[in-house]
Amino acid sequence: MQILHVEGLTKYFGGLAAVAGVDLQVEKGEILGLIGPNGAGKTTLFNLISGTYAPNAGKIFFDGTKISGMKPNAICRKGLVRTFQSCRVFPEMTVFQNVLLGALFGAPETKTWHQAAAETKEILDFVGLSEFSDTRAGSLTLANQKRVELARALATKPRLLLLDEMMAGLNPTEVGEAMELVTQIREKGITIVMIEHVMKAIMNICNRIIVLHRGQIIAEGTPAEVSTDKTVIEVYLGE
Amino acid sequence: MKIKANYKKYVIPVIAILVLVLLIALPYFAERSDSRYTIVLFKTILMFTILTLSWALFSGPTGYTSLATAAFYGVGLYTAGVLGRVLPLPVMVLCGGLASFLLAVIIGGITLRLRGIYFAIFTLSSVELIKHVLHWYEITIAGGRGRPVVRVPDTTVFYVLLGILVLLIITSYLLKRSKYGLALSSIGSCEEAAAHIGVNVVTLKVFTFALSSFFMGLAGAIMATGMVYIDCFIAFDLNYSFFPTLMAIFGGMGNIVGPIIGAVVFTYLREILITEFPYVYMFIFGTVMILTIIYLPNGLIGLAESIRRKLLGGKHADTTCRRVN
Amino acid sequence: MISFINILLNGLLLGGIYAITAVGLSLQYGVARILNIAHGEFIMFSAFITWMLHTTLGINPLLCLAVAGPLMFVLGYLIQKFLYKTLKDKTPSPAAFEGSSMLLAFGLLFVIQNIAVFIWGNNIEGYTFMAYSVYLGDIRLSANRLVILVLAVLICALFYLFLTRTRPGKAIRAASQDPEAAGLMGVEINRMLALCFALGALMAGFAGVLISLAYQLQTTMGMQYTIIAIIVVVLGGLGSIPGSLIGGFLLGIFGSIVSGIEPGLTMAAYYLLFMVLLLVKPSGIFGR
Repeated sequence: MQILHVEGLTKYFGGLAAVAGVDLQVEKGEILGLIGPNGAGKTTLFNLISGTYAPNAGKIFFDGTKISGMKPNAICRKGLVRTFQSCRVFPEMTVFQNVLLGALFGAPETKTWHQAAAETKEILDFVGLSEFSDTRAGSLTLANQKRVELARALATKPRLLLLDEMMAGLNPTEVGEAMELVTQIREKGITIVMIEHVMKAIMNICNRIIVLHRGQIIAEGTPAEVSTDKTVIEVYLGE
Repeated sequence: MKIKANYKKYVIPVIAILVLVLLIALPYFAERSDSRYTIVLFKTILMFTILTLSWALFSGPTGYTSLATAAFYGVGLYTAGVLGRVLPLPVMVLCGGLASFLLAVIIGGITLRLRGIYFAIFTLSSVELIKHVLHWYEITIAGGRGRPVVRVPDTTVFYVLLGILVLLIITSYLLKRSKYGLALSSIGSCEEAAAHIGVNVVTLKVFTFALSSFFMGLAGAIMATGMVYIDCFIAFDLNYSFFPTLMAIFGGMGNIVGPIIGAVVFTYLREILITEFPYVYMFIFGTVMILTIIYLPNGLIGLAESIRRKLLGGKHADTTCRRVN
Repeated sequence: MISFINILLNGLLLGGIYAITAVGLSLQYGVARILNIAHGEFIMFSAFITWMLHTTLGINPLLCLAVAGPLMFVLGYLIQKFLYKTLKDKTPSPAAFEGSSMLLAFGLLFVIQNIAVFIWGNNIEGYTFMAYSVYLGDIRLSANRLVILVLAVLICALFYLFLTRTRPGKAIRAASQDPEAAGLMGVEINRMLALCFALGALMAGFAGVLISLAYQLQTTMGMQYTIIAIIVVVLGGLGSIPGSLIGGFLLGIFGSIVSGIEPGLTMAAYYLLFMVLLLVKPSGIFGR
């Protein structure tokens, strides 16, 4: 059962194709890893799927509905949400307010303040941030800020979650905790696509990996298949 | 802890109601002491307070520095010049507000892509564009320079302004407390992230911008009736864009009280300077402005806060309450 | 045909003024990230100094280039050193600095304008200088405007050479392109910023002197020139001197065409052009 279907997706920046004719399917319930050297077009792909940019060509279907051309806020309310590579919490708001915003505005159905607050509490418990509920988000450590962003995304009740380098900059313990969290999120029935450079995380928790290079998919398969693929090794070592 | 929290909760509403009662009684006393100037002064103070608070309604949380205040205020003034003879006062004032609301929807709608100083200079230019086009229209097509306005007694103007201000304070308060208030702050914090967690940034920005302009238009329409004659250079004076911005910064934009205090203190200061030092008032004014921006980035409210913290000598403000408990 | 050439020539004459009005602002915003709304006040101040020196002491206005220009340079240097630097040190982010520095410039605008009104009053002033015509074939041109054009282009060219060929000029350009790297290479950023702001004021000073040669002066005219400068900068691209020159000429020709059709709408047309440009291509028509 497909949750996301992308065909012929293309985006140019000043004559240069950052994403060139990408076809992509995401199955319900899987964790899909997206890897590739810097500048391969991974984040641009996320930007296109989440509605930050409109594509120059190609179509995106989410759960059977065409979402290419829709605004980010509308895509979010359909149940597709993303996090950012450089962490973007609202620094001067409390952790609670950050997550509450997601619950109030991002979910498909409109909620009362009361319901949203109750859900926010639940989610903060789930990601382990309860003790920081009233702390200014900007004063947290990077690892915790990333959790806030994740919690905020979860509060929108997504069915598909796009994680952009969630583990970058974290120490090994924190990476372990983050991996644990991602697995738990999948167990809740949320499909995940993640861009990641931390290979340990990708190899351990992804069901399937797609390798992007110069805006095109050059390999696809299980972690074991991809790690022994010749083209992939060439691309990585050739850098 | 609880005692203090409860007592604090009532301080501001009680002060607000006291001030309101005093203001309602003001014309009565002013008439008895036969000082027309008092009412005129308070009219100006109320007008700038409305402009400043409505400016802060949009620009405060979102961080978009709008310099189009003069356009919305001017449209209100001009509505009074055009419709003042035809319509009864309340309807005419409402029309002023609605005209500004519509203009703000247009300006807001086309400036969505502009950020930072580009938004500021675009809104500034919109004032000048309207002024010059209208001036040209008045001279070449309408065949005059400006328009006479039907005068309304100062006391009536005063009460209408007071009513608008009360309405504006209530609106600001409700908006700030609602989920949309939180969403507006998230736009100021990071617009892209706000959009990606479901906030409809376009509609929210344009609507709030228009709402704030509605109040500016109301103020303009009623203020016009205090003048004998208006033309586009009086109506679209850029100072109406600069002063509210400055007053809000001067007072501090974190809450509703800041812009109000900023506007009241600043306008009073300005009136005194104009009457006492008419030749150097802009000099003093500019100096205060420069010093405010450099040394009081959080305004008077921020200053009061830091003084309070210093007086308490690093001790936490709650120590006394803990003893009570 | 003659009228077409006339419009074109008038546009060029006007364009010279516009260009020199803009180069200083362009430099200040391009390098120091200060949108100096008070730029026109420097122009006005310098124009009035020229007017005063000429009408009271009989000094040739062209000599005033050497007086008013350096004076504005010093003023600009001091303002950057004492006001903007303090503000920059206190502001948390570059984006916040852009906003607050613009508001600070509004304060400067009030102060400078008030000083000028205090000294010179609020009347329209002016003097006559080289008020005769020269003929280019059939076309009549006023001599003083021709002098303005020649001097404006000359000053812009010298300024361009200064920025591209000399050490301090290159340092400024380096600082504008990559402040961090320039700092590592031993460029003293704070001195560069002060120098750059001062140079912007110097150009405003020159512009003021040139404007006083042929145009009416009023102590409240600053804002008008600031707006024109901003329009030209947006037209020509930020921080580019040749861009300002071309932008100035384009605006001059545009202005003289509109004046030919409906003089009352010239300023309105400028604003409209500016707003459309901001919406369509904020990086300038020559920007990338």
